Amino acid sequence: MNATTSSKASINRREFVTNLVQACPDALIVSGLGSSTYDLFAAGDRPNNFYLWGAMGGAAGIGLGLALAQPHKSVVVLTGDGEQLMGLGLLATIGTKRPKNLTIVILDNGHFGETGMQPSHSSLGTDLVAVAKACSIAHSQQITGMEQLLDVGAAITQATQTSLFQVLVKADEVPRALPTRDGVHIKNRFRGLLGLTPL
Amino acid sequence: MTASDTSVASWKDDIFNVLKQGNIRQVTYVPDAGHAHVINKAHADPDMNATVLTTEEEGVAVNTGAWLGGERSVLLMQSSGVGNCINMFSLLQSCRIPFLTLVTMRGEYAEFNPWQTPMSKATESCLTMMGFRVFRVTEPEEVAEVMSAALDTAFEAGEQVAVLISQRLIGRKKWTKD
Repeated sequence: MNATTSSKASINRREFVTNLVQACPDALIVSGLGSSTYDLFAAGDRPNNFYLWGAMGGAAGIGLGLALAQPHKSVVVLTGDGEQLMGLGLLATIGTKRPKNLTIVILDNGHFGETGMQPSHSSLGTDLVAVAKACSIAHSQQITGMEQLLDVGAAITQATQTSLFQVLVKADEVPRALPTRDGVHIKNRFRGLLGLTPL
Repeated sequence: MTASDTSVASWKDDIFNVLKQGNIRQVTYVPDAGHAHVINKAHADPDMNATVLTTEEEGVAVNTGAWLGGERSVLLMQSSGVGNCINMFSLLQSCRIPFLTLVTMRGEYAEFNPWQTPMSKATESCLTMMGFRVFRVTEPEEVAEVMSAALDTAFEAGEQVAVLISQRLIGRKKWTKD
């Protein structure tokens, strides 16, 4: 069973992310390198956003450390299939802790969009939802239509268990929307929102 | 717990006590015999979150998340793990994240396994090339002071700090159970 086929993917990634942010306006969101960072910025720049411009494979790990440190805040990892595949072991690590306030949203277009749309493992056989479930992230679900956005928003805001959503998005090019690349600025702005000093 | 755990070297307690007094709240690790005591104590401490990793670079990311959320953390690994982290260390420089790691050395002193040697020789250079301040402990009586200095260098001066724990301090690996 292939998780992703181009025929099943109908969701516009920008529209999905914009509506997702509106559904959980207070959530802290870590976005993975590449299109996920552009999508989050395009939905509106906010201090709640921690944009990654590197550290490929690390987004879910940052989300885990943040969720453990801020157990009363909803934490969202918004990333792509390629970024998550590089950090696949993190699903096992998250499965050992299972913080209730952590939700992983994988915008899965089945391709490496930044580098020329080469097919990724999720197009070639890997079922990310099955992997997540096997890593004891029990509430893992595939999202195939915009009408399921409410499920994702509810999981984030209710924060009753670790959740993972594989969102099948269309593999089309969208205009780039580039947030600041200054990691120190992004970090200090984010910490400031939580009442933390830069150092 | 085995009988040998009741006679833990005092420097291992020194490490845990410095971490505890330094308000370290998250401990991420890939296990090593030299870290076993601290790992056990961290799991038992209600004020600490101890997280086992599948590979060391995950700890760089998790500890960055901890700092974003206002918590101090430490990554425990052995020297081979430093090589697994190199690109992820960029995150610490790009975002200027205060960071502390304790590295038990293999492959440098009375080593049995030659496969540990190449990364052992490169460990300190890799850390330095990626911008780390590197301390080393070899004598048991220096551990508490150096650990304390390393912790302040990380979380007061905001540096990326590694403490290398000499294989000579850890002792020869035992290949049979006592």
